[in-house]
Amino acid sequence: MSTSTQVVQDLARREYKYGFITDVEQDIVPRGLSEDVVRLISQKKNEPAWLLDWRLKAYRIWRTMKEPTWANIKYGPIDYQNMIYYAAPKRRPSLESLDEVDPEIRRTFDKLGIPLEEQKLLSGVAVDAVFDSVSVATTFKAKLYELGIIFCSFSDAVQNHPELVRKYLGTVVPYSDNFFASLNSAVFSDGSFAYIPKGVRCPMELSTYFRINARETGQFERTLIIAEDGASVSYLEGCTAPMRDENQLHAAVVELIALDDATIKYSTVQNWYPGDAEGRGGIYNFVTKRGKCLGVNSKITWTQVETGSAITWKYPGCILQGDHSVGEFYSVATTNNWQQADTGTKMIHLGRHTKSTIVSKGISAGHGQNTYRGLVKIAKDAGGARNYSQCDSLLIGDQCGAHTFPYLDIKSSTARVEHEASTSRIGEDQIFYCRQRGLSTEDAINVIVSGFCKEVFRQLPMEFAVEAQKLLSITLEGSVG
Amino acid sequence: MLRIENLHVRAGNRDILRGVNLSIDIGQVHAIMGPNGSGKSTLARVLAGHPEYAVTGGTVAYRGQDLLAMDPEMRAREGVFMAFQYPVEIPGVNNAYFLKSALNALRKHRGEEELDAMDFMTLVRDRMKWLDMDETLLNRAVNEGFSGGEKKRNEIFQMAVLEPALAILDETDSGLDIDALRIVARGVNAMRGPDRAILLVTHYQRLLNYIVPDVVHVLTDGRIVRSGGKELALELEEKGYVWLEQAV
Repeated sequence: MSTSTQVVQDLARREYKYGFITDVEQDIVPRGLSEDVVRLISQKKNEPAWLLDWRLKAYRIWRTMKEPTWANIKYGPIDYQNMIYYAAPKRRPSLESLDEVDPEIRRTFDKLGIPLEEQKLLSGVAVDAVFDSVSVATTFKAKLYELGIIFCSFSDAVQNHPELVRKYLGTVVPYSDNFFASLNSAVFSDGSFAYIPKGVRCPMELSTYFRINARETGQFERTLIIAEDGASVSYLEGCTAPMRDENQLHAAVVELIALDDATIKYSTVQNWYPGDAEGRGGIYNFVTKRGKCLGVNSKITWTQVETGSAITWKYPGCILQGDHSVGEFYSVATTNNWQQADTGTKMIHLGRHTKSTIVSKGISAGHGQNTYRGLVKIAKDAGGARNYSQCDSLLIGDQCGAHTFPYLDIKSSTARVEHEASTSRIGEDQIFYCRQRGLSTEDAINVIVSGFCKEVFRQLPMEFAVEAQKLLSITLEGSVG
Repeated sequence: MLRIENLHVRAGNRDILRGVNLSIDIGQVHAIMGPNGSGKSTLARVLAGHPEYAVTGGTVAYRGQDLLAMDPEMRAREGVFMAFQYPVEIPGVNNAYFLKSALNALRKHRGEEELDAMDFMTLVRDRMKWLDMDETLLNRAVNEGFSGGEKKRNEIFQMAVLEPALAILDETDSGLDIDALRIVARGVNAMRGPDRAILLVTHYQRLLNYIVPDVVHVLTDGRIVRSGGKELALELEEKGYVWLEQAV
């Protein structure tokens, strides 16, 4: 074994630094899923009847559905009756004051580098902090509200802006969409809600930080973002979870709606607990994210850096309905140790002269398996539609795998579709070149990988790009097998 | 500053170096010449610590230290630089960023402060002038899409910025046209000085018209078969390596 291999392997054994557990009194619903549990969750959240009704419809259809098996991932059976669907810290803070956040939870977010005091935050970022099933704090709410921007927890939106929620909920991801989306629709507990009114450019980054803490609990959050005509917003989500030996399910739904000339940029830095080096534990991340470019000239950009989770199953997509609308997907997915990722996007071109760009970077190390799965669909009436896709895979070591499944469904004769793909391995020669210039093997790998991901990192807001790069280097440590 | 004694090196199951002896003093420029397959590049790469080779015998002392016991990055930080015969491409990594990381790794090792972006750029612009380099090369990815000549020039540029104590140039002249060769030679000559040793590995005498060595060695079949002054290179040019091989 070469020394560089040794160094890389040592690196891989580095610990997941967000793996601590917060001791806080929990309000949980009984284990398992039934109509009663759905009703109980709805009741706890004091929801209107129409929403309970919607949940129940989702639950009933979910019961008739089967867990999908087409993805290129392997995992043991999930026992949906042996899981807790709702866990919330007992002391529910008032929605008005950040001072009332349970100090234990505040300390948790401090440890994660997300202070909940506004003066301590990066001044350009407003944060909604979600702890297990509920939102515990949202910063800068008042300041944003002056501009007519609504940024709050999903539960608050249901209470305070029911007409908006009712108008848009399920219009992009219907409750019958797929197994995990239906499950989410039945039991979703909280999440973030953002509404940007006509002509307003949101002056700060909106951000939600998701934290799973409770044991044997699933997290089912739901996020809804609406940008009215000419509005624009950049939104970022981050996620971490404690280290636990059992797997935990995370099944989220995100819906984005962009009206005429609106722009939504949605960035994710996903760092759920990936399991240990032997593949024990870790989050099962089954997520449905979709945006609808409803208006003409609207634009939705998904950027994701997926470094965590034992299993990642997500395909953030865009429905390009408005003429001249634009969908973009930039992704870095890393799998190390025994992590598996099956991720990609769906670009559905319905409007004329719609444009989509897909840039996917998969990095596999250890025994990691990384799959890109992407659909580009161009409808008959989507004249002049264009797509450009680029899928690159980087292999570190010889026990990992990279797989690419592009699907093209082109019905329009004037469509232009380009697809480029490459697979490469980090060469000993590249590493040696860097070392000859004085860089350690670790730094050499980081430099090579960050170069590989550059096009995607460039899409992230500055502070997060730095964070993402750091995260990536931690995730990849110990990768040559 | 560099003393190689009875060095034996194997790659795969082939013995490539079979007892090389060589001493270089600080301030000197040595050239190693030899036919293809003689082991010249192997010698350069072994000195830099390339993992592909197994040293099966002999010693290499560098400034009194056991060079062979050091990791490649430690050799680099201690002042050993190799200009690669085939510089490696690192897609997406900014050339200037890469060089700054390298320079700061060396400075950190020496206990010096890291250079900030401003000081770094001042240094870099100065060195670029030596080599008539186009500043756009700084913002391109390391060696990616560079022509053969640009890659070689970039190697010498890196050397000029990193200011090594021992510079090993592995066939830097191959693939260069005459103008590029002159420019590269100018860069190397600017680096000559009392506190630096340079080892040129080359197949042709041509380079030595521009960089005049103090000592020339001829490596054939894994051993140094003759050493001499700069005239030796001219003699070789005239008579060819066969002349020496027959003499052995």
